[in-house]
Amino acid sequence: MEVNESPTFLQSLGIQRRVLYALTMREVITRFGRENLGVLWLVGEPMLFTLGVTTLWTAAGLSHGSGLPIVAFAVTGYSSVLMWRNSAGKCADGIESNKTLLYHRAVHPIDVLLARIVLELSGATASFVVLSTLWVFLGWMQPPVDLAFVVGGWLMLAWFGASLALLVGGGCAFSNVVHRLWHPISYLLFPLSGAAFMVEWLPARLQRVVLLLPMVHGVELIRQGFFGNVVRTHYDIAYMALCCGILSLAGLYVVHEATRRLDL
Amino acid sequence: MLSLEHVSKFYSTRWGRHRVLNDVSFRLERGHNIGIVGRNGAGKSTMIRLLAGAERPTSGRIRRTMRVSWPLAFGGAFQAHLTGLDNLKFVSRIYGVDYRPLIPFVEDFTELGKFFREPVLHYSQGMLTRLAFALSMAIEFDCFLIDEALVVGDKRFHDRCHYELFQKRKDRAFILVTHESAVIKIYCERAAVLHEGKLLQFETVDAAYDFYEESLRIKPEVPQ
Repeated sequence: MEVNESPTFLQSLGIQRRVLYALTMREVITRFGRENLGVLWLVGEPMLFTLGVTTLWTAAGLSHGSGLPIVAFAVTGYSSVLMWRNSAGKCADGIESNKTLLYHRAVHPIDVLLARIVLELSGATASFVVLSTLWVFLGWMQPPVDLAFVVGGWLMLAWFGASLALLVGGGCAFSNVVHRLWHPISYLLFPLSGAAFMVEWLPARLQRVVLLLPMVHGVELIRQGFFGNVVRTHYDIAYMALCCGILSLAGLYVVHEATRRLDL
Repeated sequence: MLSLEHVSKFYSTRWGRHRVLNDVSFRLERGHNIGIVGRNGAGKSTMIRLLAGAERPTSGRIRRTMRVSWPLAFGGAFQAHLTGLDNLKFVSRIYGVDYRPLIPFVEDFTELGKFFREPVLHYSQGMLTRLAFALSMAIEFDCFLIDEALVVGDKRFHDRCHYELFQKRKDRAFILVTHESAVIKIYCERAAVLHEGKLLQFETVDAAYDFYEESLRIKPEVPQ
């Protein structure tokens, strides 16, 4: 069979698609096994976390003095953290732990990262949808006032999560220092990410600071969709898009450079 | 056709850039073969990684117009929790072929029995090697990369590998990279020696053999 030395864009796209599929399936089996609940853990794991957080907050009676429904607040908050933290976390050692796969020429470092991103974002999305539906069904929380805001905010968070994951994944292939730095950074970002507060509750000076973080805008968008005008939300979609765009380009560049220099 | 054009490869080390391959060029056409011998540290593994496409050359170009295999019987990409069948599915998906028609061949060749559907973490070394080789044979290639894989396994496995590779697939090209010069005398029509980063090509396999044997007498040059 003759192999084209420089495949067309469409051919490349076909190869990329099947490599991503192969890697994702492999990752699913590796991570969740084929015993027990298998792939259900993709939803189950974040679900347990959200359940735990909701229970703790409810037990502690933290109402945040705002009258916001705590279950909906916890679900939207924690699920949105999963969107950026898990994908980046999984990509941190993504290239290193899949180096041997690169002996298959069609597999490139970016495929390995994309497969993990797809899996993490799908898992977080599935858990968010399943959990929200379940709570609404049980009457523990109200359905969103405006679904468009929820979907929009979620997509923006997915973009942010994916671009951050590329940057972290590529960076870690460059230097172990990035790997070490990522953990403290992710812990520091968590309380600032808007998961556990509404921007409106903060003093004006602090508001300006947290609004520098792109994911805060996404969480605010989602909560706007869930609670409507019960709360005042702060977000700037254009700003978040700009940040995500820059992060994406930086991420792609870092992954490209890491690929070029990779020593197995 | 597979060709290397002025390929050099450097690695970063603590004492600076270390050159492993220095302006290497060669060309292999469909249906032909070449043996590359080199002593330990001559750059054989680097050569394999570049030919396989796992790493990029620092400079120069590698062109392929035929399907070049991954290093034959390379089992490093196995994941402990995947079964033999999962691994077959995985490589089939990567190379864009249907895995189902390949199952009988792989089951027969590996002689794994029910272990074919067990996670590879329960495999013995011999089972892993058989699976790795069978997967290399299950996907069709025009050119095989052979990295010392010929010496592993018991006699039965050895003979079956030889039959699959050199009888059934004798129309294919291959590149055999080894430190055992006797092997290239048996299998290769052409030979080259990796020596101090250069790829030295010879008129005959015997000439390459003689040069290599002679070079083994000299203490290797180690960067100080």
